[in-house]
Amino acid sequence: MKKFMMTVATAAIALGLGATASLAEKYKACWVYVGPVGDGGYTFQHDVGRKQVEKELGDKVETVFVESVAEADADRSIERLARDGCKLIFTTSFGFMEPTLKVAAKFPDVKFEHATGYKTAPNVATYNAKFHEGRYILGQIAAKLSKTGTAGYIVSFPIPEVVSGINSFMLGAQSVKPDFKVKIVWVNSWFDPGKEADAAKVLLSQGADITVQHTDSTAALQIAQEQGKLGFGQSSDMIKFAPKAQLTAIVDSWGPYYVERVKAAMDGTWKSQQSWEGMKEGLVTMAPYTNMPEDVAKMAAATQADITSGKLNPFTGPITKQDGTVVGEAGKPLPDGDILGMNWYVKGVDDKLPQ
Amino acid sequence: MQLILEKRSDRSAFFALASPFLALLFTLIFGAVMFALLGINPLNGLYVYFIEPLTQVWSLEQLVVKATPLVLIGVGLAVCYRANVWNIGAEGQLTMGAIAGSIAPVLFPNWQDPSILIVMLAAGTLGGALFGLIPGLLRTRFNANEILTSLMLVYVAQLFLDWLVRGPWRDPKGYNFPVTKSFEGWQLLPTFGGTIHLGTLFALLACAALALLMEKTLKGFEIKVTGTAPRAGRFAGFSRDRMILFCFLLSGGLAGLAGICEVTSVIGKLQPQISPGYGFAAIIVAFLGRLNPVGVLFAGLLLALSYIGGEAAQVSLGISDKIAKVFQGVLLFFILSCDTLILYRFKFITRRVPALAVAE
Amino acid sequence: MDQTLAVLVTIATAATPLLLTAIGELVVERSGVLNLGVEGMMVMGAVAGFAVALVTGSTLLGIAAAMLAGIAMSLLFAVLTLTLVANQVASGLALTLLGLGLSGLIGETFVGQPGLKLPTVLGIDGLVPFSLLLTVTVSYVLFKTKVGLIIRAVGNNHHSAHALGYRVIVLRYLCVMFGGACAGLAGAYLSLAYTSQWIENMSAGRGWIALALVVFASWRPLRTLLGAYLFGAVSILGFVVQAMGLGIPSQFLSALPYLVTIAALVIISGNKRLTRANTPACLAQSFVPDR
Repeated sequence: MKKFMMTVATAAIALGLGATASLAEKYKACWVYVGPVGDGGYTFQHDVGRKQVEKELGDKVETVFVESVAEADADRSIERLARDGCKLIFTTSFGFMEPTLKVAAKFPDVKFEHATGYKTAPNVATYNAKFHEGRYILGQIAAKLSKTGTAGYIVSFPIPEVVSGINSFMLGAQSVKPDFKVKIVWVNSWFDPGKEADAAKVLLSQGADITVQHTDSTAALQIAQEQGKLGFGQSSDMIKFAPKAQLTAIVDSWGPYYVERVKAAMDGTWKSQQSWEGMKEGLVTMAPYTNMPEDVAKMAAATQADITSGKLNPFTGPITKQDGTVVGEAGKPLPDGDILGMNWYVKGVDDKLPQ
Repeated sequence: MQLILEKRSDRSAFFALASPFLALLFTLIFGAVMFALLGINPLNGLYVYFIEPLTQVWSLEQLVVKATPLVLIGVGLAVCYRANVWNIGAEGQLTMGAIAGSIAPVLFPNWQDPSILIVMLAAGTLGGALFGLIPGLLRTRFNANEILTSLMLVYVAQLFLDWLVRGPWRDPKGYNFPVTKSFEGWQLLPTFGGTIHLGTLFALLACAALALLMEKTLKGFEIKVTGTAPRAGRFAGFSRDRMILFCFLLSGGLAGLAGICEVTSVIGKLQPQISPGYGFAAIIVAFLGRLNPVGVLFAGLLLALSYIGGEAAQVSLGISDKIAKVFQGVLLFFILSCDTLILYRFKFITRRVPALAVAE
Repeated sequence: MDQTLAVLVTIATAATPLLLTAIGELVVERSGVLNLGVEGMMVMGAVAGFAVALVTGSTLLGIAAAMLAGIAMSLLFAVLTLTLVANQVASGLALTLLGLGLSGLIGETFVGQPGLKLPTVLGIDGLVPFSLLLTVTVSYVLFKTKVGLIIRAVGNNHHSAHALGYRVIVLRYLCVMFGGACAGLAGAYLSLAYTSQWIENMSAGRGWIALALVVFASWRPLRTLLGAYLFGAVSILGFVVQAMGLGIPSQFLSALPYLVTIAALVIISGNKRLTRANTPACLAQSFVPDR
């Protein structure tokens, strides 16, 4: 009995110590993820970014994350982090926008960063990456390499980011081959490898010979490899899964942004902003160009260089919409808002968006 | 010598009270071992999981908010299951309730007086009830198994919601993201100061009303008889079909009410995902509460605690969300198995001569 | 022609995990036990199969491990519901919760690693014909052999079966374990044949569909086959229609398999001759032998 009491006492002391230890000088940065870190895609890449913060800032920071937070139920998770001493909180899904703002209003001293949203506050910044820039390059490569002149595009949900991705891909493809075709299949899920594999098989059987995806798993690419076709990776470099099929992949590199913002918050220079960065700032990177002839790889690299330098903007006017109307002034890029809220297809896309 | 389970002649009053505590004890031991294996101080782990959420006002509020839909839905399901009617699709009825209740604010965003809230709540309840009626009718008319139809209709309802918020009901000023316009003013449920909203009152009322219904009315008797002794029920003149429809209307309506309450409080608009699976979790709540309306109230709170504790453990102990799930699963296992002791006792026996057993 | 064949093969791969799980659960339910934990057993099978295949380099060992994982999970359920007579519905749901958590935990290190894939002939792997064979065998055993008769007797009236001297609990244990093995195998199908990777929650609700299919099939194995392929076909045809670019809302096409299943069920159930005497009368009822 005495021994038991001792254990309890030690534990209680440990508890107390635990509480004081967290009050020490470490800066606490926290993340709220919409999926499990094991999704191998979107959330996984955000977590890679978080780990980079840990690595680069070492023991000056402490990082914490909550995973698989339901969008219907996010207020509490965010508030818990704020109450738990987090000084900077990244919320990584569009659905977290209102909850983030709500909690931010309650905790003016805590800084928040919301990914992919459009509403800010003095202590809420937004950030997003120009993933569509990479898709323009994919379009050019696909148009060069496809024998059937048709790509199979597997998509999750019709949100602006996905729609602008499709458009950018088509504009890239059309810049090489004006009559290029794309077949689109919505799987209504971010990761369900089975469904993605089914969709890939169907698309390849319907005359597409290159797969493009805006879903998280590697399933489609693996199917392309099995059938001796080609494809592009998504979110991360998936070459391990399809060494003979992957042409390149758009890689989400949140790390540099996270490191920069955590540093800014630590030294007091953090300000609310709307950040929308891309290749130039290193948020969107491309996996090595593989499984393609040298001239195609050269073209891709050149396009990448032009986008990085700002010489080329995929959405440069005039752009003909699916319904025949024209948007954008000649030689000028579309306003950011048009791209961030895109809900129309460019000419040549054979699909309809819910209106 | 053999260990067997023997039916008690009566429910054990002692174990009816003691079993939850016994289960808790086992869970605590399991949890302590698990935390120790993970290199976390067991006492600290258990404290964060079970006690800390109860020590702060805000997390107590969150506990109640989280338990509200679980109890609202769970209590309806408890009555259903008592009558042997298997509504597994409360998640779908919740979704349809939220949609039906949102018709008014989406179509008339400027309608701002108390009447809209009443319309929304009524429409939500009705929407859930009518959507629940579909598997009920398919059962009574075509004898189609309600487990399957109610479950499949969940996916249908969710995809319908998805289409609505991405298409016709999308907020024109929302940068084409899949959300409706945010509800405002009288389109939101009043709160009791903090985050606890009127829905909690509905949940309490539902529990009280259904407890009365089950214990004090003929309908309650009818439900119990149809559930436990359908043949006797038929002799007594109770209609099985009418009972099925009643149960689906009731549980569907409560799920719909829970749906519209979530949308008008925590979320404040329609979006593709409006429930983290309350409709399914409520099935567990109904059984944990032993299909008893008052029991459901406690079960709802307990399940909510396990969610909130799991989240607290993620944040303060750095353990993953999966461990929280494992822990929840095990907690349920212990609770379920300890309930065995209410109706049964363990007994050591020596093998009897088989002939005797046959003679019985 | 080639196109049609490719689509047919895709339908078969989509239907196989559903069929495997459903056949296992069908036997479980025929013996009078309702195990709602199939999703949990399936996802455990997926992670166990993937991990063991990756570590040992053998897909066969992976499949064996997946089945064992399924059995282990099912035993947990069996102890709870058969020995301790806990409520089957709630125990099954708890099993799902546990399986999803545990598999995520075990699989953490395997995310983002390419795995092994079952060899295929013309796009068809060995488990597709195996699942068909299994269906026929189960159908034969259930309806043409004494073992099947006993299983059905136990599911229909456990008291009489017990009185006749059959060991109800032992038999149910075996049936539940069979169900676990099938669900585990279906899980391995997901991570070793359908695709070759592990990600969390990769069963994505297929366990629930399989459960529904058992009811749909009114507990007849051959109708389960029909149901699984019907469900697979409607899902795949939804993709085919989308690829044609007709502009039908994808949500409607995604909902179609569920609507078609309901419609088919209504048609089948409306016909009393087809359903009569198929529902196990003791389904989900606990049994404690009287002494």
